[in-house]
Amino acid sequence: MKKFLIAAIVLILLTPIGLLAPGSAWGEWGLDEIKSMVGYVPSGMKHFSDTIRVILPDYSIPGFDKNFFQLSIGYIFSAVVGIAIIALVFFILSKIIGKPEEKNE
Amino acid sequence: MHIPDGYLSPATCAVMGAAMVPVLATATKKVNDTFDKKDVPTMAIGSAFAFTIMMFNVPIPGGTTAHAVGATLLAIALGPWGASISLTIALLIQSLFFGDGGILALGANSFNMAFLAPFAGYGVYALLQKLKVGKVISSAIGAYIGINAAALATAIELGLQPVLFHAADGRALYFPYGLSQSIPAMMIAHLTVAGLVEAVITGLVVYYLMRAGEGNILYKFSYRLRGEAK
Repeated sequence: MKKFLIAAIVLILLTPIGLLAPGSAWGEWGLDEIKSMVGYVPSGMKHFSDTIRVILPDYSIPGFDKNFFQLSIGYIFSAVVGIAIIALVFFILSKIIGKPEEKNE
Repeated sequence: MHIPDGYLSPATCAVMGAAMVPVLATATKKVNDTFDKKDVPTMAIGSAFAFTIMMFNVPIPGGTTAHAVGATLLAIALGPWGASISLTIALLIQSLFFGDGGILALGANSFNMAFLAPFAGYGVYALLQKLKVGKVISSAIGAYIGINAAALATAIELGLQPVLFHAADGRALYFPYGLSQSIPAMMIAHLTVAGLVEAVITGLVVYYLMRAGEGNILYKFSYRLRGEAK
């Protein structure tokens, strides 16, 4: 258990390595990038691009994204928040899915 | 590989979302039949692992990035149906809280990364097992095929947009690049770097899991590797 937790923490602390890769993923550009690439923003794209406002856009803390250090903190924080929410979702799911134990005995 | 909102037409989003309904319904049924309640946390760990591994962007020659998914690894450890639920939850959280992949595009992204990737990867893994190839090598090759299947599907969904949906003046309404650009761009990124990263991570974790002892918290992940899947 201890080893597993250490490995998990190390993995989370290493996530900022993922920030080092330059550029964005192909096909995941912002509207301004699209505009500079194709010369216009497709009208449907503009219309549907902002369906929701998220709390940690691009795994960063809004306003706390000025340098690599801040981005790294935001990235690690995002990993922790994401994992916590996933744990919560599965805690709730475990109430509805899976065989109850007594059936196996 | 996470398609943002606005990239696919609402019709495409609806079709892909509809395709995921029977997948998730069947997955829920399979999990209800095969998972004890006390094993549901293994699905959470799988989901959290996929979520975290997707944060590790790797550079692709040409100035873009890509990332591993962990789909085949989850399919091997949890079974492909359990994996599809775990991966869908990870994608849902990514889109709702981090804007990584659209909400309207969740059906498409789930179809690619939570259905095609784990099932294609698992299929190849199972086939290689029948051919008596070692588990580590089988898992790595499966992972390579799985992530590339997802990348190809993503490229096709994106590349079809300007063909199907454009204004009278020829301007695209949604994603502007056609198949001749989307397929090479996505496939070069995933056939080279991202596919190899996915293969190596999967092979290493499978190697580790095969050696996990009973006291190891990850022992439950190796039921299937030891051929003891219920």
